[in-house]
Amino acid sequence: MFRAALQLSVSGARSLTRSRPQYTASVAARSYSHGKQETDEEFDARWVTYFSKPDIDAWELRKGMNTLIGYDLVPEPKILDAALRACRRLNDLASAIRILEAVKDKSGPHKEIYPYVLQELQPTLNELGIPTPEELGIDKA
Amino acid sequence: MLASRALVRGLQSGFWRRVSTSSAAWAAHTHDVDVVDCSVPQYNNRLDTPLPDVPFVRNLSAEQKKLKEKEKGSWTQLTKEEKLALYRLTHELSYAEMRQGSKEWMTVLGGIFIFLGFTGLLVWWQRVYVYGDVPHTLSEEWVAQQTQRMIDMRVNPVHGFSHKWDYEKKQWK
Repeated sequence: MFRAALQLSVSGARSLTRSRPQYTASVAARSYSHGKQETDEEFDARWVTYFSKPDIDAWELRKGMNTLIGYDLVPEPKILDAALRACRRLNDLASAIRILEAVKDKSGPHKEIYPYVLQELQPTLNELGIPTPEELGIDKA
Repeated sequence: MLASRALVRGLQSGFWRRVSTSSAAWAAHTHDVDVVDCSVPQYNNRLDTPLPDVPFVRNLSAEQKKLKEKEKGSWTQLTKEEKLALYRLTHELSYAEMRQGSKEWMTVLGGIFIFLGFTGLLVWWQRVYVYGDVPHTLSEEWVAQQTQRMIDMRVNPVHGFSHKWDYEKKQWK
């Protein structure tokens, strides 16, 4: 509750200085009154490194993704790119599609986030041959 | 029931319909098993857990195994139906299917009204057949005499009862 309020206020302040959709990446899960706050870039870098591990295993992919979706933010396209490539290394197409679905769901009422993320990920999707949920028709029940 | 319908709806092509709806696949649905082993990871459909612990379909048929082998190659080689079949092997419900509501609330509301109506009938019967007569002090004659007495006594003459009676014209205001 605390954390969400803090993130809301901090990301609100940051959003004034950024020119693209503001709701991706936010500060770290811990909110200390002392100590350094992790910046957005550090957060993103940490997660990109996590998913970029060459010998990542299926459990780590699931754990990472489920944890990431648990945060009060929509992951940056570069984190998702690393996650999709991890799916490729694990030969798991279904998880790749699921990740895209989760991003759309995570954006909630902010409908402009998902098209932006897809636009940023389009080269990767084409390269790896990952279909979007819309292409498969599973975006409608 | 819902699972099989979801599977069938997900498949467009006739050939790939078999891949996801074979009886072997149904037998492997972890939630259709009579005794669910809670000591091992289970499949679940949750919006906050995009990647469940285990895939939905565990016991793969020969065709499904072949598809899984093909998945190890380049995904650009897969057809759309194959990609959809792979998705459905791992996941029972898509996010859209998880989010969709049902019309159950209409049934519930209708049931509530039916039972309320039935209760009304019971109460009505009770009123007619069980309750005795009302006290004689509620008869018209008694109430008229009572009212006249209250007016004579000047009950609540400032703002209340007698205030509404016009003593000159001997009628209600």
